[in-house]
Amino acid sequence: MTPVATPFFFYLLTAIMIIGGVLVITRKNAVHSALALISTLLAQAGLYLMLYAPFVAGVQIILYAGGIMVLFLFVIMLINLERSIRERQFNKQWLIGIVAAAALGGLFIAVYAKGKTLFPAGRVTYAEAQNTQGVASLLYDPHTGIYMFSFEIASLLLLVAIIGAVVMAKKRI
Amino acid sequence: MGALIQYIESYLKTNDVTPGAAGNIFWAFVYIVLVFLGLSVAVIAMNWLERKILAHMQVRLGPMRVGPHGLLQPIADALKLLLKEDIMPAEADGFVFWMAPLIVVLAAFTVFVVVPFGPTHAITDMNIGILFMLGVSSLSVLGIVTAGWASNSHYPMMGALRSSAQMISYEVAMGLAVVSAILMTSLHGPGLYGVGGGASDTGTLSMIGIVQAQQEQGVWFAFKFFPLGLVAFFIFAIAMVAETNRAPFDLPEAESELTAGFHTEYSGFRWSLFFLAEYSAMIAVSSIAVTLWLGGWLRPFPNLLSGPTWDLVFSVFPGITFLALAAMCFYSTARMPKHPLFKIQTIGLGGFGAVLALIGLILFVPQVRDRVGDIFWFCAKVAAFMYLYIWYRGTFPRYRFDQLMKVGWKILLPIGLAVFILTAIAGIVGFLMSQPVLH
Repeated sequence: MTPVATPFFFYLLTAIMIIGGVLVITRKNAVHSALALISTLLAQAGLYLMLYAPFVAGVQIILYAGGIMVLFLFVIMLINLERSIRERQFNKQWLIGIVAAAALGGLFIAVYAKGKTLFPAGRVTYAEAQNTQGVASLLYDPHTGIYMFSFEIASLLLLVAIIGAVVMAKKRI
Repeated sequence: MGALIQYIESYLKTNDVTPGAAGNIFWAFVYIVLVFLGLSVAVIAMNWLERKILAHMQVRLGPMRVGPHGLLQPIADALKLLLKEDIMPAEADGFVFWMAPLIVVLAAFTVFVVVPFGPTHAITDMNIGILFMLGVSSLSVLGIVTAGWASNSHYPMMGALRSSAQMISYEVAMGLAVVSAILMTSLHGPGLYGVGGGASDTGTLSMIGIVQAQQEQGVWFAFKFFPLGLVAFFIFAIAMVAETNRAPFDLPEAESELTAGFHTEYSGFRWSLFFLAEYSAMIAVSSIAVTLWLGGWLRPFPNLLSGPTWDLVFSVFPGITFLALAAMCFYSTARMPKHPLFKIQTIGLGGFGAVLALIGLILFVPQVRDRVGDIFWFCAKVAAFMYLYIWYRGTFPRYRFDQLMKVGWKILLPIGLAVFILTAIAGIVGFLMSQPVLH
């Protein structure tokens, strides 16, 4: 069985992501931006598939494309679009923009030039048929679960965010 | 050419995997076409059945004009929809208006990639099967929301807002019910309250794996840890009606308040895409319920009534079903009015009955019988759910929106959480009790 992770798919998905990402900031209509963002997120799920991480890809679709973006759209629809279209789309912050772009670009070029020595050549990949179980054993297994602590810290962060949302939304608790 | 034939034959020799798992593109394509055709026929049949059954529940006749007993009504309707003028509101957002039905249809059809009609009768088996189904079917709400927004009209907008709120709310309860069923796949013990004892203690998300876990444990998950599995199943059965925007949760398209909700401004072909998507989504969520709780393709009582005699008894069911349908056709043929105007209809109905009888007879052939048994039981279980959908629509009045939210967040969600936690506790306690005591 030949691998599907050919360079063609990588370039296709990356092109979708880049075009979608550019459209997100250049479209004046917020709903169009949200739809472009959805296509970007779906292409990202495709990239996870190429990295032999189907579980992460599924979670990406279910959470970002399915859940969060629906809430985005829900909020955007309640905005007065005609007024928001008349508003200024870009802030003139050339200096900070150039610095940020140069920093990020420099990082990318550094990774591109030295990437081969920066990252380990091989990593543990789980076969497609065992991927979910592999994720679980990395998280919870008493012997191989090395990411348990960071996972729990992240969930604590989410808990804080939920409590914060409740506190901010409700005036009297 | 010889290599091609060899390639095609190579899958037939490996008898125990899906074409996707075997990596055979030809057979995967054949299965995709078959599933697509079967789904289209099922949607057409559902259209006719829903009208007829609803009509009979309300002591009406339903469609009677086009074809005998209105059998050709769906085809007439489809032709009408294709020929209808395609209207777009003047201020509508053209591109999004055009995209929305496509998103809904794609989401509704893509999930059938992992639906297991049998241990080998699925397009493919994914390790993340159920996650894939839930994820892709949750994308359809995007189509509904954008359809309502792009119409640039008030009723569709209200319908879309209601729909997104409703689908997000019920996805939570649905997800919790699904998680407690997935938890049960990791308990390898046999029987109603059996836990542990297996070679490994890992569960699975794969659709085929979930059914195989029920086979191994010898119990449908609806009855596992009675009544925990049953409660989870009921939560899912309620949430899936809300997820597909069907009565009594059809608030996004409540015709008495919102004309037709999110698809008010759609007509012709695009409207028919929404219709197609709604019915295939109903079939998709029903097949999730069947796979997770009702044993998927397994026939009833595979353990209690086992042995070659019972296998034979249950394997003639598909043929008998088709013969019964044929008998109904012949009975109606005999009762057709004896007027020259009805001659063509009478012949047509008799011919339809003959085709059904022929299919029934073919299903009695031992080789065919062994291969279609699993597909038949899966489809029969899904069909029961489809009947329930029509029954709900005929009997329950529509909920008010605040009642809908209350049911979702204040009743289904807490019960779902409780069932999930209790299932986990039952699994751990049972596992510890089954371990040998160490002193």
